[in-house]
Amino acid sequence: MNPYIPLGILLALGFGFALLSVGTSLVVGPARANVAKAQAYECGIQPTPQAPEGGRFPVKYYLTAMLFVIFDIEALFLYPFAVAFDQLGLFTLMAVVLFLLNSFFVADAYVWRRGGFEWD
Amino acid sequence: MTALLTLPAAGEFEMADINYVAIAPMIVVFAAAVLGVLVEAFAPRRLRYPIQVGLAVLALVIAFAALVLPDADSVTGTTVAGTLAVDGPSRFLSGVLLALGLVGLLVMAERFGGEGPDAFTPMGAATPGSAIESAAARAGLATTEVFPLALFSLGGMMMFTSANDLLSMFVALEVLSLPLYILTGLARRRRLLSQEAALKYFLLGAFSSAFFLFGAGLIYGYAGSIRIPAIGEAAAASSGDLEPLLLPGVAMLLVGLLFKVGAVPFHSWTPDVYQGAPSPVTGFMAACTKIAAFGALLRLVYVGLESTRWEWRPGVVVIAALTMIVGAVLSVTQTDIKRLLAYSSVAHAGFILVGLLAFDITAVGGVMFYLVAYGASTIAAFALVNMVRENGAEATHLSQWAGLGRRHPWVAAAMTLLLLAFAGIPLTSGFTAKVAAFMPAVAHGGLSGVLLVVIGVLASAVTAFVYVKVIVLMYFTAPSGDVGLAQPALLSVVAIAVGVVLTVLLGVVPGPLLDLAAQSSTFVR
Repeated sequence: MNPYIPLGILLALGFGFALLSVGTSLVVGPARANVAKAQAYECGIQPTPQAPEGGRFPVKYYLTAMLFVIFDIEALFLYPFAVAFDQLGLFTLMAVVLFLLNSFFVADAYVWRRGGFEWD
Repeated sequence: MTALLTLPAAGEFEMADINYVAIAPMIVVFAAAVLGVLVEAFAPRRLRYPIQVGLAVLALVIAFAALVLPDADSVTGTTVAGTLAVDGPSRFLSGVLLALGLVGLLVMAERFGGEGPDAFTPMGAATPGSAIESAAARAGLATTEVFPLALFSLGGMMMFTSANDLLSMFVALEVLSLPLYILTGLARRRRLLSQEAALKYFLLGAFSSAFFLFGAGLIYGYAGSIRIPAIGEAAAASSGDLEPLLLPGVAMLLVGLLFKVGAVPFHSWTPDVYQGAPSPVTGFMAACTKIAAFGALLRLVYVGLESTRWEWRPGVVVIAALTMIVGAVLSVTQTDIKRLLAYSSVAHAGFILVGLLAFDITAVGGVMFYLVAYGASTIAAFALVNMVRENGAEATHLSQWAGLGRRHPWVAAAMTLLLLAFAGIPLTSGFTAKVAAFMPAVAHGGLSGVLLVVIGVLASAVTAFVYVKVIVLMYFTAPSGDVGLAQPALLSVVAIAVGVVLTVLLGVVPGPLLDLAAQSSTFVR
């Protein structure tokens, strides 16, 4: 058997899955159009083509979401450390402290001083 | 189920061996970048610019000293549990990155007598052309964040050249790219073009990163390791069963890296991003990203993929030929000096690939010499583009450069020299660099190497026509419009002088640097 056949099958499966899932929802899914469905997905904000008076548009929600990502990544890296911290010794503790200092204090100090924590 | 929850006993964890002296330059650059973020947070607004510039320059000088001072034998080897390789090529290229990064930072710091760095918007978050933006400009706000961003990027580039496994290579790739995406979007003038460029660069960069990661995954499946030397060993021992994973993996890894290099057909971002980004950033990006990406590419193909090169080399030969041809031909039709230099940069990526594909130790030195020569000229060229203004905006359209030789003879003379170097005229660095990159291809590249060199010489002739066209435009065409120079430009002048001196020096006495590059061309495995 040609060794590339499994890869070809994988590729076909990938394309097949994409086509199948889009195709099935097109065929089987109910199509009841309304105004809200035609709008851009904006997480609860009324979408407008342009910011009022052509000025800034509020990015508070996005800021909060991005800050969440920072905390999220921190938590992610803390899990493996928390599982094995008692065996990892002082060096790893210092490494994690340094990581938190960088990603938590430095990043958040910047956000705080630039007013990123103020909602209005 | 209980077996899954048992923790490994103490002692099974192995401390990574870290040679702090060997990685000191990277630590210094990253630490300065983090400090720079704190400066942004706590320093009073008026002091930020001088502190940031001082900090960045100091950091680069200290990092350079930390790189050069230690004895080569004491630092050479893999470190941080084998994830970083400190050896001749990585030390040479790190040194070049630090030196050219410093020059690039000087251009970025240029104020032309204004309040903040002239090339960058006073407030990136303001809508282009809005009242808030002009209020920010009047209040003298400045985006001094560009300095920590540039340092982060530079640190990532240094790590990219020494990354010894695919995962650190990926992390370094992201660390060097993300700040560049932001820097691209911060131009003071033509904000919309700049933001468009940043978005394009980001989307295409993320796309190519995905290719790189997928390729790394396949290669890991093939070799059972992400260490580049281990991949080389596994490929040399070639087990057979997992062979089909190798070629797709290599192809995807190379797509990721060739994208950063700007090789055809992955070059489509280059002209848009080079045009939209602030000119100092374009210079920094063109020179330093290229150095870092070719550094990583050299290590990957010379250490990891050399034994399998017969399978993938033909593909890259075609890419190199296409890169030279497309870059050279499309540069003919350009009317914007930044786009012209972008296509020229694409062509140069092709010339460097010719050297890289020779697979000989002399090629490593040749490629590294080419990177220095091209980088030094490019930063200076974009610093010049940054200075030529009409009504306060950059005069990037070629028609605006008409008659520059009569009005500003020094600027035109410097640009002429740099363009001649890009064309590869003897007695400039461009000529020696092309010889250094093409000779190994002729000697060791076989038939395809000779063919590539022939294409390279023809492509050089085409690009030479383009450069001469610009030179003729500057000297033999009547000036039109009101094109002037942004003044006072002390920092730019210093940067341009460094670039011009290096361009001449590497053309007239290339010996010392060629020797140094040749001596530093051995990879650790």
